[in-house]
Amino acid sequence: MITAVETYRSAEEAARALGGGGAIYLAGGTLVMAEVNANRTPPRLVRTVDPGLRQIVASSETIRLGAGVTMAQILASRDCAVLHDVARQIGGPQVRSMATVGGNLFARHPYGDLAVALLALGARVALAGQTSLRSLADLLRDRERPALVTQIEVPRPRGDRAFGFVKIARIHPRGASLLSIAAFLPREGSRMRGVRIAYGGMADRPIQAAAVERALEGAVLDEGTIARAVAVAAQGLEPPTDSLASAWYRREVVGVHLRRLLERLSRP
Amino acid sequence: MPKKPITFVLNGAERAAFADPGQNLLDFLRRGVGDLTPKYGCGQGGCGACTVLLDGEPVLACLTLAEAVEGRRVDTVAGLGGPAPHPLQEAFMAHFAAQCGYCTPGMLMSAKALLDRNPRPTREEVIEAISGNLCRCTGYEPIIAAILSAAASGARP
Repeated sequence: MITAVETYRSAEEAARALGGGGAIYLAGGTLVMAEVNANRTPPRLVRTVDPGLRQIVASSETIRLGAGVTMAQILASRDCAVLHDVARQIGGPQVRSMATVGGNLFARHPYGDLAVALLALGARVALAGQTSLRSLADLLRDRERPALVTQIEVPRPRGDRAFGFVKIARIHPRGASLLSIAAFLPREGSRMRGVRIAYGGMADRPIQAAAVERALEGAVLDEGTIARAVAVAAQGLEPPTDSLASAWYRREVVGVHLRRLLERLSRP
Repeated sequence: MPKKPITFVLNGAERAAFADPGQNLLDFLRRGVGDLTPKYGCGQGGCGACTVLLDGEPVLACLTLAEAVEGRRVDTVAGLGGPAPHPLQEAFMAHFAAQCGYCTPGMLMSAKALLDRNPRPTREEVIEAISGNLCRCTGYEPIIAAILSAAASGARP
């Protein structure tokens, strides 16, 4: 049961307040307020009204998203065009006007589709009270450790075919994803360099598909390359079984959806 | 536990009431303020029955911290229309878009949020706008027809 709501002016103060333990951080509320309503939270609710957390700062190389930027803000920002297709597929309009980028990084399966896209794009995160950026991949590996993310820096992909995202859901237009795939395929000439493929729904958190990345790296995205990537689509992965799909089903279909995504990105 | 005074604008009129720590906006509106139009469906953001507008944006009142509306504008179905029903309410009646009626307040607010920024939506845009609202009676078609009809009539509050 919540006994106190603490509202801080800066993210740094909020982070310090969280450090004491017995507290949970409230951002957009779509995940945490459901826990509050069910009486499943520690007693202190910590939040901040830091305006920096709601800002989007774009340059030619990167997009810097405040952790409190909502899906609706992303969709309203021309600078964030690369993320529009992803943000549009998250929740309904109400969820999109509440759910934040920072919260999505900590969303448990089957949520967290934006984090999958950001992982593939090679995003880095800034934590309150720290000067250096940390890779999102690193943050996702031990996201149970308390950390207050303040900014997410997203490198801009070059060209329309450098990034693609697909979300597989049973209910349309709005359902939780049984799996999602994000592909970042930068080209040097005709060859792909610095490939990153990220999955949602194939583990307990967004993860990179290392075997698929190895199959694509340095290759030309043609029929043969796609076949080699699809052959190892589920290699080394232990997807969850839940009410949306079984582990077996996820392993069976991930290659089908990976093939369709790669084929889409291979067309000029 | 100390209650917190909240001052905000509800349907155009300034209101003040006390919120409990961690109380959500839906509970605050219904019990603290006495506006019973937003409905409690699931309490976890799945059904949309509690949809209200916060500074014009549709939000789930059950997942909004009551304290977060301090100084902001909240609109509910109680503020729709005046002496006569709002054109959306007229259209919902004309198209039999409410059966049990429990989802209707949320549907109306989602529809209002849509028409406020997009007065002539396509059918697909209407479906998208109400995709966060569950209805177990109508099969959605009468609701979609009602919203399209209200838009076509061009009537704005």
